[in-house]
Amino acid sequence: MANLRELRTRVSSIKNIQRVTNAMQLVAAARMRRAQEAITSARPYAQQLDRVLQQLSGSVDPSSHPLFLDRGDARTVYVVVSSDRGLCGGFNTNVCRAGFGSVQADDSVVTVGRKARNFFGNRNVTVANDHADVFRELSFAQAVTIADDVKSRFLAGTVDRVFLVYNEFVSVATQQPVVEQLLPIVPKEVEGSNSEEYLFEPSPEVLLDTLVPRHVNFQVWRALLESNAGEQASRMRAMDNATKNAGELIEDLTREMNKERQASITLELMDIIGGAEAVA
Amino acid sequence: MATFQLDIVTPEKTIYSGDVEQVQAPGADGGFGVLARHQPMLAALAIGQVVFTQADGTNHKLAVSGGFANVSGDGMTVLAETAEMAQEIDIERARVARDRARSRLSDRGQVDMDRAQAALSRATWRLRTCGAE
Repeated sequence: MANLRELRTRVSSIKNIQRVTNAMQLVAAARMRRAQEAITSARPYAQQLDRVLQQLSGSVDPSSHPLFLDRGDARTVYVVVSSDRGLCGGFNTNVCRAGFGSVQADDSVVTVGRKARNFFGNRNVTVANDHADVFRELSFAQAVTIADDVKSRFLAGTVDRVFLVYNEFVSVATQQPVVEQLLPIVPKEVEGSNSEEYLFEPSPEVLLDTLVPRHVNFQVWRALLESNAGEQASRMRAMDNATKNAGELIEDLTREMNKERQASITLELMDIIGGAEAVA
Repeated sequence: MATFQLDIVTPEKTIYSGDVEQVQAPGADGGFGVLARHQPMLAALAIGQVVFTQADGTNHKLAVSGGFANVSGDGMTVLAETAEMAQEIDIERARVARDRARSRLSDRGQVDMDRAQAALSRATWRLRTCGAE
């Protein structure tokens, strides 16, 4: 049996850990709420972007744009979105495994976040580029940088297909790793053409040229937002579990400590009684 | 004067949503104005400033970095990747961005002239919109 002092130090160090995990949980909860709000505020833009595409598709075929061009699947690049920091449960492992499972011999990855960079750096996978430190201050400009990176690779013909691999924020309790095709853009069925007399300025073709890259930027932005909310939710749950575990450990150790203390008191009493009897 | 609904949205947030009397926007082929009951139109925007007048006569300015203006029967929507109201513009940051873009442009060895040019134009319009110069 461990001695009393050792037990006491262990209990107090676990209490310190518990304080830290509890604080981390609260911070993650606050950040998650903010991340969820960001997803909601991106929605009007997404709806309007879809509307513009719908109006354009009446007068010009969107799939004539080079970013829609399907060259077969020879070389693929996977954009794997992970987090910069750990302590968030299986969040990074899940998304990295999902990406790793799809990578073939000729493929490469572009990593977002430190965790994916480390994961793929340690395996035999070509890391074409990495974007780290994106999530500390997430802004749309960062999504554009990542999107420009893959768009230029695609247009230059060094890659034929681009996939986004990220954790989708299904709910606070579930984050689902998804593998989505980013380029070439998968044409969406547009329902009902527009009957209104529309003016196009300058021309539908030029408008399409402006629209399509923005559509890609937005897809990347959405993946970043989903992943960010998922990371915080995952961290919140991991830290909640850690706090609970620490509580259980403290309880067990305290019980043991009390037993130990009682035993030593009994021993001392026996000594005193023994001494008193000897004197009498 | 008749009013119509104006929404200005970016991927990060909705910048403005409300009734306005008129809007001036920097079209890719030159500026244009929109009043209520305008013909439905889809226009590409250049980097520049959007000015709108609310029903009470107050003017608001914002700097936008290109995008679309969609005018339909139920109002007008401006889609921009970034849009900042004049009072929210960080003058110091805009100045720094402008100086950086200028120094890039003067360096002939640069490959990305278009990008530097766009950055310069964005910074200049931001400064102009908030009235710093």
